[in-house]
Amino acid sequence: MPLEFEKPILELEKRIAELRETARTTGVDLEAEIRLLEERLARLKEEVYGSLTAWQRVQLARAPGRPTTLDVLEKAFQDFLELHGDRAYADDPAIVGGLAYLEGQKVVVVGHQKGRDTKENLHRNFGMPHPEGYRKAMRLMDLADRFGYPFLSFIDTPGAYPGVSAEERGQAWVIAQSIQRMSRLRVPAIALILGEGGSGGALAIGVANRVLIMENAWYSVISPESCAAILWREAKEAPKAAEALKLTAKDLLAQGVVDAIVPEPEGGAHKDPLKAIQNIKEALLKTLEGLKGLSPEELYRDRYRRFRTLGAYAES
Amino acid sequence: MALERLFRRKRPSGENRDVPELWTKCEACGAQLYKKEFRENLYVCPKCGHHHRVPAVERVEMLADAGTFQEITGLKPLDPLGFVDTKPYAERLRAYQEETGRKDAILGGTCTIGGVPAVLLVMDYAFAGGSMGSVVGEEIARGAERAAAEGRALVIVAASGGARMQEAALSLMQMAKTVMSLDRLWERRLPYVSVLTDPTTGGVTASFAALADVIFAEPGALIGFAGPRVIRQTIRQELPEGFQRAEFLLKHGMVDRVTDRRRLKAELVQVLRHLHPGVPYALGV
Ligand SMILES: [Zn+2]
Repeated sequence: MPLEFEKPILELEKRIAELRETARTTGVDLEAEIRLLEERLARLKEEVYGSLTAWQRVQLARAPGRPTTLDVLEKAFQDFLELHGDRAYADDPAIVGGLAYLEGQKVVVVGHQKGRDTKENLHRNFGMPHPEGYRKAMRLMDLADRFGYPFLSFIDTPGAYPGVSAEERGQAWVIAQSIQRMSRLRVPAIALILGEGGSGGALAIGVANRVLIMENAWYSVISPESCAAILWREAKEAPKAAEALKLTAKDLLAQGVVDAIVPEPEGGAHKDPLKAIQNIKEALLKTLEGLKGLSPEELYRDRYRRFRTLGAYAES
Repeated sequence: MALERLFRRKRPSGENRDVPELWTKCEACGAQLYKKEFRENLYVCPKCGHHHRVPAVERVEMLADAGTFQEITGLKPLDPLGFVDTKPYAERLRAYQEETGRKDAILGGTCTIGGVPAVLLVMDYAFAGGSMGSVVGEEIARGAERAAAEGRALVIVAASGGARMQEAALSLMQMAKTVMSLDRLWERRLPYVSVLTDPTTGGVTASFAALADVIFAEPGALIGFAGPRVIRQTIRQELPEGFQRAEFLLKHGMVDRVTDRRRLKAELVQVLRHLHPGVPYALGV
């Protein structure tokens, strides 16, 4: 299913392909016409992709085919070995994690996991973790600290699961604990917002020394739909809420909420997942390099300073 | 005195609140209550025990030792994103400020509680639903740092619908900021106690409020991560009786005690005296 604003581009691409096919099978020379359409296509792409609205980016962040945490772990890392379970209650498929190598460096990885089709999405609860997921993340933070390996997290969740079972098992408590646990890491920590960064459920694994974001990802205190439902009393005002929340990568960079933007292929990461994953790998390596030489205490202090200074207020 | 000044804050013009209605009604059982008595009973219904919400100033009065409270809060909110929904955020802020006489949703100061030196921070639900934006986050972080620097305990009375939407990601970041500031108390081995009152939800529960050494909850208080309306929409079922109430949280192991407001100060003092390393052993005080 293409996104609404992609449709004119896809139609034009289809038309060009058809012309090429006609030229090939009939031998008629259509080069001039094809070239004209290609020029139009280039202009159209520039027009659409060069001025994406906040709401369009939110749709790109959710687009089917966009690389998920497991895609990144399998393709940007070597020898990813998944580790399961929170050692208390269950294994939450909405959060995955384990051991991996990044260009020969030992790291511990964790991330939200959405499904890549409907069936998997149900299994993954659409990337909305229960408390077990955050307990698993904390267990892996312990592991990173114990062996002194960098901790890398991948954020892609609409939010922590809002359900009865999650509340019964202390959703708020584990999110608070996970924020605290991650802030206390004595190893380099990098978080990358891959797709959706929905509220506390995202921040729980986002308290890193450096926070990166994909060009078309979003990160905020609430989803545009929920924000619209509360403030505009209509979920269909989500495009307005998306603008108002200033949730795009560029906006967040200006606010100091993220430290760098990872570029996506034209049209979004789902157009060329391998290229997007290559960009992710380069950004992670570069960021990791920048944290080398900081002692365990300095890493803790650096993270504290990073978050301590965020906010806008005036002295009385 | 700082507290008297707070009580004498400006009232909205046009209505004379100095001659208030003498009677009020219990929200739960509907009983007619004589206001003066109701206040003296700490806003707890004498008929059914329902705990009504308490204005921040009076919460301070209930917990701080008389004459010891010195306000330390007063930062002013900004509108960093130029947020406009059906109304501009800047306009909403002005309205809340006029209504409450406060700059933002928190009132805090230094004081003693049962003789134990403390920083007491009280969230004000009357201001934007007690929501946490940059000011609330910064005041809490400063409160924790000040408590650590001066050897005081930290007591936070939470009342909040969660993080403030109009400051978006910056509000979210306050969750991390407040949590991290608590480490200063850990380093100095100073106690932190939170009191969860009706309602405490969202980003406030999921950050500093859940991480206290000892957590009190008031009877019947709504406490949780997601709001009941969101959960009802998600599961498309009616919620079980008593779901997300203080007693439910106690049953599920999330809070230490559900304490009647009329005993709250006594229990709080007992905890602070026990945990504060500067207070000598003393029984039954
Ligand atoms: Zn009553």
